[in-house]
Amino acid sequence: MLLKIEKRSEYSRAMVYVTPLLALVLTMLSSIVLFHILGVDPVDALVNFFVAPLNSAYGRSELFVKATPLILCAIGLSVGFRANVWNIGAEGQLTIGAITGSALFIYFPDTDSIFLLPAMIILGAVGGAAWAAIPAYFKTRFNANEILTSLMLVYVALLLLSLLIHGPWRDPAGYNFPESQTFSDSATMPILVSGTRLHFGTLLALLAVLGTWIMMARTLIGFQIKVIGAAPTAGGYAGFSQKKIVWFSLLFGGAMSGIAGISEVSGPIGQLLPSISPGYGFTAIIVAFLGRLHPVGIFFAGLLMALTYLGGETAQINLGLPVAVTGVFQGMILFYLLACDVLVHYRFRLNTARKAAL
Amino acid sequence: MTGNSAETPQLELRGITKAYPGCLANDHIDLKIMPGEIHALLGENGAGKSTLVKTIYGVLQADEGEIFWEGECVKISSPHAARKIGIGMVFQHFSLFEAMTVTENIALGMPGRQDMKALEKRIIEISTSYGLPLEPHRQVHTLSVGEKQRIEIVRCLLQSPKLLIMDEPTSVLTPQEVDKMFETLRRLSTEGVSILYISHKLDEIKALCHKATILRGGKYISECDPTLETAKSLAEMMIGTDLHAPKRQTEGASGPVRLKVRNLSIDADIEFGFNLTTINFEVRGGEIFGIAGVAGNGQIELLSALSGETICRDAEAIQLDGKSISQLGPNGRRNLGLAFVPEDRLGHGSVPEMTLAENAFLSGFRRKNLLKGGFIDKGATAIYAEDIVAKFDVRTPGIKHTASSLSGGNLQKFIVGREVLQQPNVIIVAHPTWGVDAGAAADIHQTLINLAEQGTAVLVVSQDLDELFAISSRIAVIADGRLSVARPLSEITLEEIGLLMGGANGTTAEGGQAHVA
Repeated sequence: MLLKIEKRSEYSRAMVYVTPLLALVLTMLSSIVLFHILGVDPVDALVNFFVAPLNSAYGRSELFVKATPLILCAIGLSVGFRANVWNIGAEGQLTIGAITGSALFIYFPDTDSIFLLPAMIILGAVGGAAWAAIPAYFKTRFNANEILTSLMLVYVALLLLSLLIHGPWRDPAGYNFPESQTFSDSATMPILVSGTRLHFGTLLALLAVLGTWIMMARTLIGFQIKVIGAAPTAGGYAGFSQKKIVWFSLLFGGAMSGIAGISEVSGPIGQLLPSISPGYGFTAIIVAFLGRLHPVGIFFAGLLMALTYLGGETAQINLGLPVAVTGVFQGMILFYLLACDVLVHYRFRLNTARKAAL
Repeated sequence: MTGNSAETPQLELRGITKAYPGCLANDHIDLKIMPGEIHALLGENGAGKSTLVKTIYGVLQADEGEIFWEGECVKISSPHAARKIGIGMVFQHFSLFEAMTVTENIALGMPGRQDMKALEKRIIEISTSYGLPLEPHRQVHTLSVGEKQRIEIVRCLLQSPKLLIMDEPTSVLTPQEVDKMFETLRRLSTEGVSILYISHKLDEIKALCHKATILRGGKYISECDPTLETAKSLAEMMIGTDLHAPKRQTEGASGPVRLKVRNLSIDADIEFGFNLTTINFEVRGGEIFGIAGVAGNGQIELLSALSGETICRDAEAIQLDGKSISQLGPNGRRNLGLAFVPEDRLGHGSVPEMTLAENAFLSGFRRKNLLKGGFIDKGATAIYAEDIVAKFDVRTPGIKHTASSLSGGNLQKFIVGREVLQQPNVIIVAHPTWGVDAGAAADIHQTLINLAEQGTAVLVVSQDLDELFAISSRIAVIADGRLSVARPLSEITLEEIGLLMGGANGTTAEGGQAHVA
């Protein structure tokens, strides 16, 4: 082989920042080929995808609206990923958070208290955490793989939502449509900028970014999470409990996703619907990795991914491209990112003609 | 070289060299095996035995050097090629499918489709003629370790090899099974099959082998006739010739007992792990207590029981300064003044990807008060890390670099320094200078001696007898999960230790046990 892959003596700090950009460039190049095959002018398509949605103030505010649940879920997941806890069930935890948070309004629709919304948010966090506690219990008690358990629980959660919406929680005045009552003002996230859908949940997401940043960089629990993830044996040596970290990271991830769920239904959606998320919980996995599992990185990655959702819609309207293009885009970014990550720990070198007697 | 020059060696290696990044595993190694010869490859862990054998069996390709098979220069590109020319190998760990029968497992290792009936007949033929009883229909998971090994041997013999490589075959066998296997090997030898026998058990090699090639640190040291050597001379060649007379620091430490272990027994929960059987010893303040032993004889289990990573059930088994610490985790023990340097520097003693400052925090955050109001005190952590680097001469561009960027010796100095600066009452050090260059090793030894002089009880677990003789005042030997009675350095000879280490003298170890208990 002419090219040789060689392990670096220390990971490359530059590559940590370069590889997400490299992945983006490769995604762009591949999408040009893709658009060409679809019979669309690639330049036109890229403009529609990445520029057109940002042309108006409303569009820019929508970017934050879409990014909010992505960032919240990704922040939660990233903590687990740092600890090698592979919770991929954020979508389910988001759904349960939306259900438990909404329950308060559904059963007390006439409440007009300023405490209603905070209580809903807290209940949403508790619901998401409780849903994530199931994989945590099975992981720590029976060593069941949390990838499988958390993923399977997504579908249980979606069906549970469907059951409630079609049954007991259906709006009696809703002409039999599978929808809950529309949330009252006191159960709705306050709008931050009038004329947009920018809501209080975005502030929660920013708070989560900041708080998690401090937690991971400055506190003992953050340190424990990093040690358990990087070298579990060294964690045992330092007296850190792996089980505790599994519990913590799943509960934390669940709570964040739960908040994302309740802030969607009491924010832009305003009621419980059979479908409350276009896969935010799954896209958040990409956001977490694209953001290098770092809260600030996740913030920017969340905005980028939100843009692909908006761009997908624009392209659908203006160019007649299928909605699946968004998914293809997101998939390519993750794929290229994971491939490029080899460069963080390895480097390519030209194989010098060294004599090898085989 | 002795040997009959008229006869062609079955296998000859000339100048085999194999380098891994940062490590020369084989450095111009020569080896000659005559037909029918049982040839020992002797060396400590990390001496390069496995690399050499993998090269012969085609698993690895040498960077330099030539292999001659029956006088002809050959290239062995894969294990398949090796089997084709008549080389068979029995690995230390078996590659068997537990849910399949003996015959099915053997058929899987053979090229092409097999006539199962005929194969079964041949298995029975071979196994009875070599005294390796096997029932072809049995499922592998129902078999003992010895029986599983027989499958591997029979699998090799079915191919009628001319050279059989055995990698530490007795490490998993009972003494009776060892005797039986030796009979088989001698029988093969008389039939003209050459055997390359890898081991570090001196008594086995003296009993079985005609020739021995000794490797140390990846280099060829010498070839000898093991039957003419003593265990001491073999050990010296294996470990290094400069086994100077024991020089001691303080004659008979007089400090109080700081670490006391009483009837510690642990059931291993992993396969090939060792059960610890009623371990007894005590370490006084001011002394360095050495535990010698071949790796994999229960050291890992003992160390993890002492550090608190495994909690033992007997509440009174481990005492620190008179307080029982058996039920405490690593942090609880550290708070009481127990420090611990694990064997594995990267991944156990340190987190490879983390900076030196973070790694200083890893074990030091309680004793050095590096948490302020729930937050990591970065300033104090940096000062502590800088302190370690300066006081223990750790060569690094700075504490912001990762642990994995340091050389083995420097990282070990850092870890030892980190523990020493926590002013422990008892320090447990596993293989302190394994894979460390001579300069760093001397520094680490000096550090431990200084610490003992300040009244700390030092426990050193090591395979390196030279090291134990240089620094410790009392030595015990661990073999097969049992600890021999501890003896002052002046009363024990290297030969005795070598024999205890090889497990040849298990009765002495048990006798010693009886004395203590």
